[in-house]
Amino acid sequence: MSDLPLIQADRAVPPPAATTTSTGGRGRRLRLLSRTDRVVITLMVLVPLLLVVGLVWLPALATVALSGTDWDGIGPVSEIDWVGGRNYADVIDIYPPFVPAVQNNLLWLAALFAVATPFGMFLAVLLDKELRGTRFYQTALYLPVVLSLALIGFVWQLLYSRDQGLLNAVLGTDVDWYGDPNVNIWAVLVAAGWRHVGYIMLLYLAGLKGVDPSLREAAAVDGASETSTFFRVVFPVMRPINIIVLVVTVIESLRAFDLVWVINKGRNGLELLSALVTQNVVGEASRIGFGSALATIMLVVSLVFITIYLATVMREGRR
Amino acid sequence: MSRPRTQAEHLARLVPPSVSGLNRRSLLAGAAGTGALLGTGLLAGCGDSDSGGSASKTVSLGSNQSDPKPKEVIAKVTDGFQSSSGLQVAVNTVDHNTFQENINNYLQGKPDDVFTWFAGYRMRFFAAKGLAGDVSDVWGKLSGQSEAFKKASTGDDGKQYFVPASYYPWAVFYRKSVWQQNGYQVPKTLDELTTLSTEMKKDGLNPIAFADKDGWPAMGTFDILNLRINGYQFHVDLMAGKEAWTSDKVKKVFDTWRGLLPLHQPDSLGRTWQEAAQSLQQKKSGMYLLGLFVAQQFSNEEQSDLDFFTFPEIDPAIGAKALDAPIDGYMMARKPKEEENARKLLEYLGSKAAADITVKNDPSTLVANTEADTSGYTALQKKAAELVGSATEIAQFLDRDTRPDFASTVILPALQQFIKDPKDIDGLTSSIENQKKSIFTD
Repeated sequence: MSDLPLIQADRAVPPPAATTTSTGGRGRRLRLLSRTDRVVITLMVLVPLLLVVGLVWLPALATVALSGTDWDGIGPVSEIDWVGGRNYADVIDIYPPFVPAVQNNLLWLAALFAVATPFGMFLAVLLDKELRGTRFYQTALYLPVVLSLALIGFVWQLLYSRDQGLLNAVLGTDVDWYGDPNVNIWAVLVAAGWRHVGYIMLLYLAGLKGVDPSLREAAAVDGASETSTFFRVVFPVMRPINIIVLVVTVIESLRAFDLVWVINKGRNGLELLSALVTQNVVGEASRIGFGSALATIMLVVSLVFITIYLATVMREGRR
Repeated sequence: MSRPRTQAEHLARLVPPSVSGLNRRSLLAGAAGTGALLGTGLLAGCGDSDSGGSASKTVSLGSNQSDPKPKEVIAKVTDGFQSSSGLQVAVNTVDHNTFQENINNYLQGKPDDVFTWFAGYRMRFFAAKGLAGDVSDVWGKLSGQSEAFKKASTGDDGKQYFVPASYYPWAVFYRKSVWQQNGYQVPKTLDELTTLSTEMKKDGLNPIAFADKDGWPAMGTFDILNLRINGYQFHVDLMAGKEAWTSDKVKKVFDTWRGLLPLHQPDSLGRTWQEAAQSLQQKKSGMYLLGLFVAQQFSNEEQSDLDFFTFPEIDPAIGAKALDAPIDGYMMARKPKEEENARKLLEYLGSKAAADITVKNDPSTLVANTEADTSGYTALQKKAAELVGSATEIAQFLDRDTRPDFASTVILPALQQFIKDPKDIDGLTSSIENQKKSIFTD
């Protein structure tokens, strides 16, 4: 609203003069490019374009196309039978793991967004205070992100095992952490959050280090408390990092897969869309048509979030 | 596939399967490999002819035996083949899970002349799709292979496509010391099993150890109940998609299982088979229905305390003579580069000579060739071999007897659902039937 007058001021500049200068400028700039420049530019556009088309768009379109078939991965492509929307109907009508998978993906997003991400940011703010042993805490918290998946699976198996696990031994309970479908998703969310917190903490800490100290000093001089300095000054300044953190959170929850796969291949209460796709497409099962239908559904869900994100970023850019 | 032979191996086995990626398949693969080796020895026994071969002196073997021990045994067996035939074997070893998951692409691409695989639906499926070579003439030269194994190696067209090398049975395992102490008797009928289990419960034991975190162990329970209640032929037809899952016969299997579930170790969906086996080893559980590989969880001293019986009879008209005993072995590519040599290799792999080499180098599997020198077997191995030898029919295990997509994406979650909520059998079977109809379309 406030910049409306400015725009009007711009438009107030005599139009004819503006158009002539701009067209003239553009033409001259084109002519300034040597042949080498043009070749280089063409290559710089073409190579990434081919890569994106070949490695992203074509496979995505092929997935959508295969989702209308019942291909089992055997035999030539010419013999693939077209079954129309049957795979989609099957996914929704008779495939029991589908609904739990969608619910779990949403739950995953909610848990990371509402708990893990804010907690990671909070830890970053604490660590930014240069406490004694900051390095140690940083390493400790970031360790889960560095560890290999196999090791993470092992670590949590040691904690969660019903008969031999640390948790049940310490608490004196016999909760079936991984086997009870009402409990295991929360157990896994704790493990997933454990990794996510470290990741967000590191991202945010890097951002906090980049904030101009004079801003905080100014706020302190003005008598702002620690809390209001953070929320009123630091947080708004870190807008780019905040957006990255948000995007990372959404991406992490959509592609959540590894932990669940390590634990029980995404079954029995731990269904996730990504795990269902893998169960069907990869490996001996080779239900490629059916799995592609699941993958397409996942693509559509991701597109919703990507569209929202892009729309926000573009609105930003325009402003 | 029994006890760890070195400390390193023992330690490696302490890692839970969720971590190591170890599953029954890999175990089977290991068993298959060794079996294959054994099998080779057997074939040699059938008498291999001189290689009057004209052209090439090589043959390639695609192996999923990526674990050190089975890999070593394969090398020894192929050495034996080389010295007896003068042909060079190029062994191409691939990680067993990777091998299994890529089998479709592998067979459609440029497979090795001979490759490791297992008997069952998948073998017949590859044969029917023309992805495997007919080895009936090799069977003509094999000796020491039983009729049951020949049946298990036969495709839908009546020709043989598979050469067995090794196998292991599924049975109910227990510790002799625990049973002697409490005076338990081996049950002969389902009622006796139930009575025994109730007694065990009173004695503070989990009657039947049970684990299904990885999804496949419960298939063993379903298989054996189905074999005992409805017989082998129904098992085959059900697995082939010819029988309805909503039929009363299938419902009776689930119903019987529901009756037995309270006698099983609770909370099985979070437990790995290793943990369940350890509860047997620690004398907390009375018995455990599993494959022979359960012995891995017992130390060398405890091996002699381990015993088993075949799952008791449920219907006297059906008896208790059928069982799950997955067989591992070798197949030939559809168009092997060196077909003559491939046949010679297969003949050797199924022979007594190869089996003898395997028994000598890997005492933890059962070899398919009955002529092999099995004096190196432990008492448990000997008994297991007798059990399978006396079986009237041998099933290959649920996920080897049906389409892999049906087993892994429908039956596996369905059985877990049943364990979670055993009440709704009608809903469960109709859900399976609906999904079956959409998968078994051709």
